Amino acid sequence: MSDKKEVDDITGVETTGHEWDGIKELNTPLPRWWVWIFYATIVFSIGYMIYYPAVPLINDATKGVGGYSSRGELHEAMDEARAERAGLLEQIEATPVTEIPNDAELMRFATAGGSSAFKVYCSQCHGSGAQGAVGGYPNLNDDAWIWGGDLEAIYWTIAHGVRYDADPNSRFAMMPAFGADQILGREEITQLAHYVRSLSGLEHDAAQASAAAESFEINCASCHGAEGEGIPELGSPNIADAIWLYGGETDEIAAQIYNPQHGVMPSWVDRLGESTVKQLTVYVHSLGGGQ
Amino acid sequence: MKHAAQVIAVAAAAILALFGAAFGRDELFQAHAWILFFVLALAGYLLLQRKTSEDAALIPLKDGEGGATAYMDGPIRYGAVATMFWGIVGFLVGVVIAVQLAWPQFNFEPYLNFGRLRPLHTSAVIFAFGGNALLCTSFWVVQRTCRQRLFGGDLVWFVFWGYQLFIVLAATGYLLGVTQSKEYAEPEWYVDLWLTIVWVAYLVVFFGTLLTRREPHIYVANWFYLSFIITIAMLHVVNNLAIPVSLLGSKSYSAFAGVQDALTQWWYGHNAVGFFLTAGFLGMMYYFMPKQAERPVYSYRLSIVHFWSLIFLYIWAGPHHLHYTALPDWAQTLGMVFSIMLWMPSWGGMINGLMTLAGAWDKVRTDPLIRMMVIALAFYGMSTFEGPMMSIKTVNSLSHYTDWTIGHVHSGALGWVGMISFAAIYFLVPRLWGRRRLYSLRMVNWHFWLATLGIVVYAAVMWVSGITQGLMWREYDAEGFLVYSFAETVAAMHPYYALRVFGGLLYLLGALIMAYNLYQTIRGRERQERPLVTTATAAQPAE
Repeated sequence: MSDKKEVDDITGVETTGHEWDGIKELNTPLPRWWVWIFYATIVFSIGYMIYYPAVPLINDATKGVGGYSSRGELHEAMDEARAERAGLLEQIEATPVTEIPNDAELMRFATAGGSSAFKVYCSQCHGSGAQGAVGGYPNLNDDAWIWGGDLEAIYWTIAHGVRYDADPNSRFAMMPAFGADQILGREEITQLAHYVRSLSGLEHDAAQASAAAESFEINCASCHGAEGEGIPELGSPNIADAIWLYGGETDEIAAQIYNPQHGVMPSWVDRLGESTVKQLTVYVHSLGGGQ
Repeated sequence: MKHAAQVIAVAAAAILALFGAAFGRDELFQAHAWILFFVLALAGYLLLQRKTSEDAALIPLKDGEGGATAYMDGPIRYGAVATMFWGIVGFLVGVVIAVQLAWPQFNFEPYLNFGRLRPLHTSAVIFAFGGNALLCTSFWVVQRTCRQRLFGGDLVWFVFWGYQLFIVLAATGYLLGVTQSKEYAEPEWYVDLWLTIVWVAYLVVFFGTLLTRREPHIYVANWFYLSFIITIAMLHVVNNLAIPVSLLGSKSYSAFAGVQDALTQWWYGHNAVGFFLTAGFLGMMYYFMPKQAERPVYSYRLSIVHFWSLIFLYIWAGPHHLHYTALPDWAQTLGMVFSIMLWMPSWGGMINGLMTLAGAWDKVRTDPLIRMMVIALAFYGMSTFEGPMMSIKTVNSLSHYTDWTIGHVHSGALGWVGMISFAAIYFLVPRLWGRRRLYSLRMVNWHFWLATLGIVVYAAVMWVSGITQGLMWREYDAEGFLVYSFAETVAAMHPYYALRVFGGLLYLLGALIMAYNLYQTIRGRERQERPLVTTATAAQPAE
């Protein structure tokens, strides 16, 4: 260890005179720009602390001369948003859903609101484009409506859900388990599946299909209609339009006849309120298939 | 019998572990006790097999003052290997969870899902890779700069192996589902207690060495290491204060609740970044940069001023993790202003590191180790600018909860912590095993470029995805309704998540090349290769 200061040849700066394992230190002064920026951040911080709530006291903290609070900021933003909507939400609430389309401004607002609410509450099952998904999630863009596609029917379905036990007004329909409850045999069910495919004009085994014609009339037509066109009042889907909730292959149709799956949709009116359900209704109605 | 006391202690601990396995109040505790038992049984077996002292290649204290004593480098050798091993584990798990985010079908329930692997990744990288790097470099640096053998004798071995046991218990706990759900402090109470014991032993070793030093002054690197050890002890103890449900159970309840709990957690979390990942690695930089560059440190005064301002300011900055939450406004204000004031103190380390190269800038071209340290300091400077900026409430309202934060953390972790550690280990390994040079400098160069490219891809992709995400979350239409659903913002991230996997793979590949290079170096091989720089003006590589 050499405890004498020396001058570094390259920089011309004196060392501190200490050395550790061959490491020396130069005694370079603090870079001025570094010092000034450091001071500037301190000055800014003091100013910021005067303007905003900052210093904790015994029961409270300094409020800051700017009168800022994050709650206050939120309230302001919310008030501003409400002012912009200026009664539109209340107006929707007061207007019957069938009359909303008659008011262009109300309609524009309700459709935008419905689109936004759809993304938050509905897209998980129905898809963000309302395209639905195989496995019991109906497509809302097409003309097929299980429970009816006019504004009132759509409103009721959204408001009270489908097969949702907690809501006594919920839509309810249940197809018997023809196979599992031993109403029909496996062979008969396979024949029925071919018959159902024939209703949509899909490829099928003609012999098997014709063998099931009578069985269809006895077991299926009362709910799905003689031509399989469905009865929206009963919630029985059209099975002649080549649109399938649980897949359209012969074995998929047979499985659905054997032991049907039934989807559930929650009731929304208590959670979202009248206004939002109405917005959702006009939005879904506007997607293309509204009747 | 050699090591009789150690073998007896390990055997006693193994028996206690068996009791834990037998009487544990829940399955997780029992499983953990079984793991502990098998680890201890293996440790006891290895102790019995150990033939001679491993200090085969003793490096004597300089100028003969120490007489027959030599530096205690055995634990440092183990530490260097452990750093490399845990580094690869951490990077690999990182790549795996990046894959899981891009393609969720790679979640394997329940042990290998994202929720359990994510803390495994963060802890493996921060505490296992970073922690071992800090352990072994601090042991090297404190001995050389104090010209004194490590204090405590076998206590040093206890620190090393005790810390590895902590890592194993923490990591297996995450996979089993043992967690107290505090970010970067997930291990449950019994693992925390164990770490406390190990950490106090570490402090005794380090502080004891400082107190018995043969140099009149304490070198700046040691200030940083000491502040890191002391502060981590304080943070760890306070944040993990908890009451176990049972002394034989794996569940505990925090001493804090609600917003106090959140604030304590982020006081801990932020200073884990500040003192573990910043101060500790600055200590590393302050030794290895001047050593490798063979130049004096740029400014002694700057090192004093930035050290004290850094450790004073850092400890208050935690609340910026809780902007726009239930945390009172005044605490948010203080968290923000202390973060802003932290900018220059952080940069002091970068200036001191980079300016140490004054008069030796040519080495950036000729010496890949210097190049690694320079890129480390560049990323350090960038992320310590980005941090204060992100703590500004207006910026934070956009960046918070987005991938921007992830990008920020990784430019610090991959860029700063990773690169400076790689350089330090490359420096140490030939010296620790008494080799003339590294096996291959060209491989170091490959590692440098792969890692740098990996970081750049990772950070850039996360900036884009983070800002996209933040903007999509707050996008309103003309009627004042939100435009995007959350699922749509997730879907929009997919290409970036896939690219992130690519960045992570590059970084992992670099680390694998490093491991091979070190393995060959330790075996004493030297690769015959063209020198890195062939132009006439170039000096020979430093190694």
